[in-house]
Formats: sequence, structure tokens, C-alpha cells
Amino acid sequence: MTKIEEIVQGVLSGNRRSIARAITIIENNTAETHKLVASIYPHTGKAHIIGITGPGGSGKSTLIEKIIREYRRKDKTVGVIAVDPTSPFTGGAFLGDRIRMQELSTDQGVFIRSMATRNYMGGIAKATKDAVKVLDAAGKDIVIVETVGAGQSEVEIIKVAKTIVVIFAPGLGDEIQAIKAGMMEIADIFVVNKADRENANKAIMDIQAMLQLNNQEKTWKKPVLKTTALTGEGVPQLIERIEEHKHFLERQLEHKRSREKAEAELIEAIKEKVATSMIEKLKKEGKFEEFLKKILKKEMDPTSAAEKLLNEKFRNKV
Amino acid sequence: MQSQRKIRILIAKPGLDSHDRGAKIVARALRDAGMEVIYTGLRQTPEQIVETALQEDVDVIGLSILSGAHRTLFPRIMELLKQKDLTDMMVFAGGIIPEEDIPEMKKLGIKEIFGPGTRTDTIVQFVFDNIPKRP
Repeated sequence: MTKIEEIVQGVLSGNRRSIARAITIIENNTAETHKLVASIYPHTGKAHIIGITGPGGSGKSTLIEKIIREYRRKDKTVGVIAVDPTSPFTGGAFLGDRIRMQELSTDQGVFIRSMATRNYMGGIAKATKDAVKVLDAAGKDIVIVETVGAGQSEVEIIKVAKTIVVIFAPGLGDEIQAIKAGMMEIADIFVVNKADRENANKAIMDIQAMLQLNNQEKTWKKPVLKTTALTGEGVPQLIERIEEHKHFLERQLEHKRSREKAEAELIEAIKEKVATSMIEKLKKEGKFEEFLKKILKKEMDPTSAAEKLLNEKFRNKV
Repeated sequence: MQSQRKIRILIAKPGLDSHDRGAKIVARALRDAGMEVIYTGLRQTPEQIVETALQEDVDVIGLSILSGAHRTLFPRIMELLKQKDLTDMMVFAGGIIPEEDIPEMKKLGIKEIFGPGTRTDTIVQFVFDNIPKRP
């Protein structure tokens, strides 16, 4: 077994060392990265991927810690990719998101990885998408991606996550500014964190007002929730909404699938009807027998015969 | 293909002291030298530190301790690293560690101990010079 095959085997069996190594290989973008990602890809698609974004200081990391605990109570395993910015000047990074989650670091059902953007734009790292695949293939039920949190234009997360939670906090100033910058469109769920603060209700009303101005989507009504991450208040309700959104996505997919299935069945049925009636007609006219003899004498192959027959048939009609 | 290997380093505060100024200054110096520094925050158990090093797949671990509990906590950390087969990570330490304890700590496998007054560029240079090779 090569080193990469060994790591892939380890990832699929949930080995933590292998998961960590695989993410490093993806981050470092080595010659083996593609092979690694290609080998784990068939084993992905089972995890529900949640993106958590919002301005710095809104309480993303603290809230994620509570979200993990809630999922653990439900016996779900959780992977986290927490992204922080790389300095464009030195190339270094200070990765401090996991400080708020450290109590969970020894829980074998939780895997937390910090990731620097390495100057990739859009609020995540280039490696984030494939690192999520590693955690998915390793069997995590839930994968959470925490974006950088600059607050604006962090829309890359939409390519990675299935459910996107946008967090605000009262008193950060420009709630509306943040909403303007594209967060409105990417959010599936809004959360006003630090709800114990005075102007939390105003923040909620601001968001609801913006939503009413801008509500093109009728299928999923974007909820606006209140949480207090420090105490965990509102977190069970947030999980409920995340689960609801997951089911909504599944129903949509099911709808799409049943449509595709019905389409295929209809096409099949039409083909059969048309063919049967056509063959009957050709037999009545004696054409069928005529061409059959030509085929038997090897004067013609069946495909050309069918083509000729159909051409004649339709030319006559026109 | 352009490889983008970065040095990943864990700065950890084992035990019960809450003096993190030194750890943060060292973390900042390493960050400014172009490394990716993961910081655990205060009051970490050896188990938390080793699990974090594993999940973050770091090359280097820096331990900062000022409580005097290094003779209890460091052996435990080094033992756990061995148990988890993470001995390829380089470990160094800093803080208040008496001179006479240093040989014992080095015997555990801790590569270097930096006391008060160490210049940050000394530490940065030390890390660059002692990065373990990856298989």
C-alpha cells in the first residue's frame, strides 16, 4: 500500500491521525493531493454541511461550541473547519477559533481543525472544500465550517455548505451594512446572537424588515432566531431549524429525482407506443416483410433499413 | 505543481496558571515569521494539548508554563505524544523553569527550554533550525 492509500484507508475508518494528515496534504497542495481527493470522493455526500458566517465578534466560535454540544447530545459526530486569515504581509497566521471549543478537543466524536486562508479570498481557504470532504468521508454526521468573519463578501461558503447560518450581534454597529454585502442572499437562517443585550430585538426587526423587502424565495422562509451563545439559550431551536432546512433540501432533491424518474418513464412509454403502432402499420403495408427479406439477403443492414422505412413514412406524411 | 507547505505550530498553556503574555508574544513572533500558529488558550490538560496537536497536525509544539508544575505536566505530555505515535513533532518550552530542572526536561525529549529575557528572534531562529522533516 502506498502512503496515500494508507491515509485514505485511515480516513475511511475514521482514524484521527489519518484525517489530520489528509487535510495537511490538501492544504499543502502537493503532487499527491489530487489522488487523495479523488480516492475519498466516492465516500462523500452523507454529512450535513453547515456554514457559519458573520462579522468578527458576533460570537461564531462560541456559538459553534454550543452547536457541537447539542449535536453530541443527539449522538451525532461533528467535524469543524475553523478558518482564520493569513497575513498578506508575512504569510503567517494566528489561529485562535478553537480556544472557545477546547473542552471538546478530547471528545472522540468531535474533530476540530483550524485553517488559515493562505490568501484565498471569500472567507474560506482554498483547501476548505476538500477538507470538508475528508471529514465527510471519515463518517462525521455534521461538518461545520466557520468562515473568517470579516463580515462582507464571504460568499464562497455557498459552494461548500448546504445550510448557511449568518450570525449578527447587537451593538456591532452596522447590521444593515453587513446585510447589504451579499449576506442576505446566502443566508438560510439568520441568528442574532448575544440576545441578552439591550438592542437585540431591534437587530431582529432590522433583519426581518430587510427580508420583507427582498423576499423572492417563497419555498424556504428564512427564519430569524435569537441565541445567547454563552449560556446556550436558543441553540436547540437553532438546531431544529437547521434540521428543518436539511429536510427541505432533501424534499427538493426528492422532487427533482421523482421528476427525472417520471420523465424517463414517459420517454420509455412513448417510445414503446410509437414503435408498436409503427411496426403494425409497416406490417400491414407489407413494407416490413420487404425490408426483412433484404436484410436476410444481406443487401441491407437493420439500422439502414429502419432509417429508410422511417424516412419514407414521414415524408409521406408531410 | 506548486507546493505550499507551511510550518504549523501549536502554542499551548498546560496547567493552572493564567499568565499568557509570554505565550502570546511568542505566538505573535512566530506568526510574523510566516508560520501558522494555533493557540489553545489557558488551562489545558496534557490530553487536550496532545489531542489538539494531533487534530491540527502540527510540526512543532511550544509549551508555556509559569506555575511550577512542569515536572508533573511535561512528562505526561511527552508520554501521551509517544502513545499516540506523535514523536515526530518537535517540542520546546518556555516560562519559569528552574535551571536545575532543565536537564531532566530535556531528557524527556523536550528540545529546548527558553527562560525569561529570551529574545523572540532567538526562538524563531531555533524553530526554523529544528523543524522536523516530514516523511
